Amino acid sequence: MSSQAHEHQPLGGRVLTLPFLICAALVAIAGVILFQRYTQGLGAASNLNDGYPWGIWVAIDVVIGSAFGCAGYVIALLCYILNRGEYHPLVRPAVLASLFGYGLAGLAVLVDLGRYWNFYHMMLPWYAQPNSVMLEVGLCVATYTLVLVVEFAPAFLERFGIEGLRAKLNRVLWVFIALGVLLPTMHQSSLGTMMVIVGHKLSPLWQSQMLPVFFLLTAILMGFAIVVWESVMASLNFRRPMETPVLSKLAGLMLVVASLFVVLRFVDLIVRGQIGQIFGGPQSGWFVVEMVLMISGLALLIPKANRNRSRALFLSASLLLAAGILYRLNVYLIGFTPAVGPWHYFPSVKEIMVTVGVFALEIALYLLFVKKLPVMHAVHPEHG
Amino acid sequence: MSKNMMSKSKTSVSRRGFLRNAVKGSAAAAAAACTTVVAAPPEANALQRPPKPLPPEAVGLLYDSTLCIGCKACVTACKEVNHMPPDVGPAQQGWNAGGGDKPIYDSPVELSARTLNVIKAYSHGTGATKDAAENGFAFIKRQCLHCADPSCVSVCPVSAMTKDARTGIVNHDPSACIGCRYCVLSCPFGVPKYDYNDAFGEIKKCQLCKQQLAKNELPGCADVCPTGATLFGRTEDLKAEAKRRTALKVGEHAHYPRGDIAGKVGGPRDGHEKLVEAAYQPHIYGEKELGGTQCLAVSAVPFDKLNLPTNVPEKGYPTLSEGIQHTLYAGMIAPATVFAGLAYLAHRNTKNHTDE
Ligand code: SF4
Ligand code: SF4
Ligand code: SF4
Repeated sequence: MSSQAHEHQPLGGRVLTLPFLICAALVAIAGVILFQRYTQGLGAASNLNDGYPWGIWVAIDVVIGSAFGCAGYVIALLCYILNRGEYHPLVRPAVLASLFGYGLAGLAVLVDLGRYWNFYHMMLPWYAQPNSVMLEVGLCVATYTLVLVVEFAPAFLERFGIEGLRAKLNRVLWVFIALGVLLPTMHQSSLGTMMVIVGHKLSPLWQSQMLPVFFLLTAILMGFAIVVWESVMASLNFRRPMETPVLSKLAGLMLVVASLFVVLRFVDLIVRGQIGQIFGGPQSGWFVVEMVLMISGLALLIPKANRNRSRALFLSASLLLAAGILYRLNVYLIGFTPAVGPWHYFPSVKEIMVTVGVFALEIALYLLFVKKLPVMHAVHPEHG
Repeated sequence: MSKNMMSKSKTSVSRRGFLRNAVKGSAAAAAAACTTVVAAPPEANALQRPPKPLPPEAVGLLYDSTLCIGCKACVTACKEVNHMPPDVGPAQQGWNAGGGDKPIYDSPVELSARTLNVIKAYSHGTGATKDAAENGFAFIKRQCLHCADPSCVSVCPVSAMTKDARTGIVNHDPSACIGCRYCVLSCPFGVPKYDYNDAFGEIKKCQLCKQQLAKNELPGCADVCPTGATLFGRTEDLKAEAKRRTALKVGEHAHYPRGDIAGKVGGPRDGHEKLVEAAYQPHIYGEKELGGTQCLAVSAVPFDKLNLPTNVPEKGYPTLSEGIQHTLYAGMIAPATVFAGLAYLAHRNTKNHTDE
C-alpha cells in the first residue's frame, strides 16, 4: 500500500500556544525548586522523612507516571502480538505518550535518588544484587525507554526523510516490539512485588502476594484508559473526528480487565481472611473510594450502546484511570504505616510543584511532537 | 470510519472469534493460578523461598531492659567511636542552640542519620515503679538488630547493604549506595536512616562497630555499659543467656556478666550479682521475629509497650518477595520463553504492516 507512506502527518499549527506556555512556566518553577533540592538536600524541597522515605516523587511520578506510559504497551500488544490491525492508527500517539511517560519517570528517579551521582551503579554487573526487585525494575525501565525511542524512531526518520535507515529499522523492528511487550509485563508487575517486602507496614487491605498481578492488571487498564482519554482529548482540542469505532472495542477490553481486577481483589481479601477490614479497618475509606471508582467505571461500559458514545467512554476511562491511580497511591503511600514511631507525611507545596512540573514537561513535549512530527493518523477528507 | 478499516474488520471475523476464546481461556487460567497462590497456606506457599539460617559466627548484642538505668552512656560512646555529630531535636533547639549552629548538648530522641543508637523511655500513669507496665517506666535500646534474613540487604539494588557471610554483621557501603532509601522503607524495625538536610546525604545505621571488633575491642555501647544491660557476644551464647534470664523468678539472686559474654573481646570483666526485682516477660525479642535477629532483647514490660513491632511473622519478608521473584525469573527461563513467543508473533504480524 503506497498510500501508507503518508499515513501519519504532523498536525502543524503554532507551537507557542497558551497551554504550551503555561506548561513551560510550570516546568520553570519546578526547575527553581530542584535547584534548592540539589544544593540543600531533599529536605529543603520535600517533606520526606525516615518514616516515609518515599513520597509522591516515587508514588506519583514513577509508579503512577509509568502506568500512564502503558499506552504504548497495550496498543503494541493488541496491534502486533494479537495482530489487530484496526488499532494501528493509535500506535504512534500511544508510543509517544509512553516515551514521555517513561522518560520522565526516569528523570523523576534522579530527582528522588539521594545519591544520584551513583545512579549508574544500577547498570554495572559488579554492583548488581540479583535478589533486588528494584534492580529488575530499574533495568527493565531503562531498557524499555530505549526500546520506546527505537519504536518511535520511524516517525522521526520519516519526518527528516532518512528513508534508508528507516527501511533497515523496519526489518528489525519486530525485535523491539517484542521487547516492548515483554519489559512492561515484567516491570509493571514487579512494581507490585516491590511492596511485598514491607510486610505488616502495608495495610492488609493491600498487602498480598497478589500485588504483582494487581499491578499488571492496573497497568493494562490504565494503558487502555489513557489511550481512550488521549484520543478523545486530541479529537476535541485539534478538531479531529472521534475515533469511536476503535475506542469502543478498547472499551470492551477495559470492561474485562476491570472486572477481573475487582473479582480478584475480593477473592484475595476473602482468602486472606481480611474481608472484614473493609468495614471500619484503618484506611478502609480509601479502599471503598478505590472500589467505587473502579466499579462505576466498569459499570458504565456494561451497556453496549455506551461503548459507542464518546461521552460515556471518556467518563468511564476517567473513572478507571482514577481508580488505577488511587490503587497505586494506596499501596505506595496511603496504606503504608512506618514500623516504629509516629511519623507523618503530606507532600510539601514544593514537592507537589515538582510533580506538576514533570507532568507539564510531558504535556509540553507531547504538544510539540504531535505538531512537528508525523504522529497522528492522517485524516483523509474523502473518508472523513 | 475508513473503508480500509471496515474491510479489515470483516476479514478478521473468524480470527476475532478465536481471539475472544483465547482471551477468555487465558483469563480463566490466570484466575485459577491466582487463586491457588492465595489459597495455599503460607507455609506451603510455592512462592516462598526458605528462610536463611544464622551465619556460623553470628555476633550481636543482648539488651536487658531490667538492667538498663537509662544513663545513655552507650549513646555517647556510640557517637564517639563512630564519629557521629550531635543531634538536637526540634524541642531542644531553644535551649540547646550553642554558638551559631553548633549545639552543645547531644539530645537525640530517635534514631537518625546522626544517631545510630538511642535509649528511649516508656512511662505509664504515675511512672513510679521501674519495669512495671502499670504506673511504671522502662527503657529500650534502639539500634540495628542485624537480622538473619535482612530486608535491607534483600532490597538494595547495588549491593551497598551486605551481610557478612561469617559474622552476619549487616554493613553499609556509602560509595556504592544510590540513596534510593528502599532499605529505609523496607526495614521491619525502622532502622536505617538518611540525611535529608544534606545535599550529599548518606544512609546511616549501626554496623555493630565492626571497626572496633577488627581491633578485638568491644562495640562502643557494650564497652561502656555499667550494668551489663548491653552485652556483646556470639548470638548463640546470648540466646542461651536470654533463656536463663527469662526463666529467673522474682527474688532470686542472679549473676550478670558485662562486656563480652565470653570474656574474650576487650578482655575479661567482672560481672555483678543482682536481685531479680521484676518478672521477665517470657518473650525474647529477636529470637523468632522475622526470621530471627542477631541482637536480642529481654524485658519485664511487654515489647509492644516499648514501641517494637510485635505480632510479626517468624519468617522474614524477603522469603515472600524473593520467592515471587525467583519463581518468575529463575534462570530468566520464563522471560526468555515469553520473549521467543512475542518475537515470533511480532515478526509474523509486522510483515502484514509493511509500513511500521
Ligand atoms: S534491623 Fe533493619 S537495618 Fe538492621 S539488618 Fe534488619 S532489616 Fe537491616
Ligand atoms: S539507599 Fe543505598 S543502601 Fe539503601 S537500598 Fe538504596 S542503594 Fe541500597
Ligand atoms: S554496636 Fe556500635 S554502632 Fe551499634 S549501637 Fe553499639 S556502639 Fe553504636
